[in-house]
Amino acid sequence: MNGLTEMLVRRLLLVIPVVWAVVTLVFLLMHLVPGDPVLAFLGETATPEQVAEMRHRFGLDRPLLEQYAAYWKQVLRGDLGVTFVDRRPVAEKILARYPATLQLAVAALLVAVLIAIPLGVTAARHHGGIRDAVASVVALLGIALPNFALGPLLILLFSVKFGLLPPSGFGDPVHLVLPALTLGAALAAILTRLVRTSVLEELHQDYVKTARAKGLDERTVIYRHVLRNGLIPVITIVGLQFGVLLGGAIITERIFNWPGIGTLTIEAIAARDYPLVQGCLLVIALTYILVNTATDLLYRVLDPRIKVE
Amino acid sequence: MGWTGKIGWLLVIGLLLVALWAPHLAPHDIQQQDLAARLQPPSRTHPMGRDEFGRDVLSRLLYGARVSLRVGLLVVAICASVGTIIGALAGYYGGWTDRLISGFLFNTFLAFPGILLALAMIAFLGPSVNHLILALSIIGWVSYARLIRGQVLKVKELEFVQAARAMGASDARIVFRHILPNVVQPLIVQATLGVAGAVLAEASLSFLGLGVQEPMPSWGKMLDSGRAYLTTAPHLVIFPGLAIAVTVLAFNLAGDGLNEWLNPQRPRPPS
Repeated sequence: MNGLTEMLVRRLLLVIPVVWAVVTLVFLLMHLVPGDPVLAFLGETATPEQVAEMRHRFGLDRPLLEQYAAYWKQVLRGDLGVTFVDRRPVAEKILARYPATLQLAVAALLVAVLIAIPLGVTAARHHGGIRDAVASVVALLGIALPNFALGPLLILLFSVKFGLLPPSGFGDPVHLVLPALTLGAALAAILTRLVRTSVLEELHQDYVKTARAKGLDERTVIYRHVLRNGLIPVITIVGLQFGVLLGGAIITERIFNWPGIGTLTIEAIAARDYPLVQGCLLVIALTYILVNTATDLLYRVLDPRIKVE
Repeated sequence: MGWTGKIGWLLVIGLLLVALWAPHLAPHDIQQQDLAARLQPPSRTHPMGRDEFGRDVLSRLLYGARVSLRVGLLVVAICASVGTIIGALAGYYGGWTDRLISGFLFNTFLAFPGILLALAMIAFLGPSVNHLILALSIIGWVSYARLIRGQVLKVKELEFVQAARAMGASDARIVFRHILPNVVQPLIVQATLGVAGAVLAEASLSFLGLGVQEPMPSWGKMLDSGRAYLTTAPHLVIFPGLAIAVTVLAFNLAGDGLNEWLNPQRPRPPS
């Protein structure tokens, strides 16, 4: 096995205990419910027979270890059980909503990158000047204004006041604009600061002096040489933040009634449909682990100096 | 300290005073309803208007500061204490203790988006302020532990620590008397920035209906209920939104300013 393959395999092996811990944690959550999850779902009016029947049907009357083993078997088969509410497969419900969340997260990522790169580069090129100050204020606002405050404010401005964009809805690309902007704003702010710092550092390197001495124009120096090197840390943060976007999507989806997995999670929590909540959490967490691992591997391939610790 | 840091600290002190004196500063009773005057826009007697039950928004916002800061400060205190102990253990003892803590525990906790884990716990435990504090503490300690572990790894190799060890000082004495006082500065910076994160997380969960419950006012909850009246009463969204933004901004500026002041060379710790 060559060095790179060995490193990639070792990195992948590190994922196994994390996945084990996540699945175990999600399984145990059901047992955190004070009293009994079935009773919490059915309510005080349920008869003891109804409770016993449902507990038996969902295997909650079996010993904990047995339930745990059964849960693992299910998960490994891709089966996330059935919902409390309508006894439909949890996986089916999640699959129906998952694409909408991915669509939103990817759009938010694009929005963030498209705002951050030009803003960060401009700030770095005019370091200490008025454009740098403006970029810093914009970035600070993006960090300070949470998505649940920004979303309603954007609706107020672009839907209510100017009537330019729909306040909610799904299916048409125009429906994606406000949710993607809301979800991507904080990431745009973080990335702007990062691109600025990264470009500033690169600007002091010798190769930049060489490129300038060769008579290249500033635009070529920045976009062909500086950005290529300066973007490596940015790629890592983009990958790591993709998972954060999935978490933030829960709130953004609620604001815009976006039919994704976040809305499904909140609906499931409200209905005390615990198997569905477990399924949603597991899928989001596993996506997060997958994206983080993929980013890490990509980073290591891009920059072979990094070692697995 | 730069001027942005000073503004940050002034705002932080202002917010703390508002939270402390909320009962004296609030012009109206926060529970007093007046359905005839519901959704009334800002006026001379109600500078931030009234909500969907005719309650005074300004008074509820002032009390909301109490809730937000109480949760924020408590969560940071718990996370910083637990994180310091666990991080110091990992950094000081190294070996399998470190491998278990930093290799397994850190990775597992970082494998979940923080807000999702908090949401999951509250979804199953049931919504309440105490569960909120518990959930935010469980997701928050890792960043402090990582910071302290890194600092302890550096400091424990320094000569004065070696000298203390040579003189026969116990592990506990070395850690608490010699190492920890030297890693306190970055911890304070991280804690200041951490309050912003905790306030934001509290508001997010309350916005989702999983945090502070009625009748206790919370900025996140106020924003959520105000959304239904966005076209008729935008003040119900604007004022709580501003309150959250100003608080988060204040603690971020204060933390950055403090960091710059204490260590002009050190980059901002990861939040």
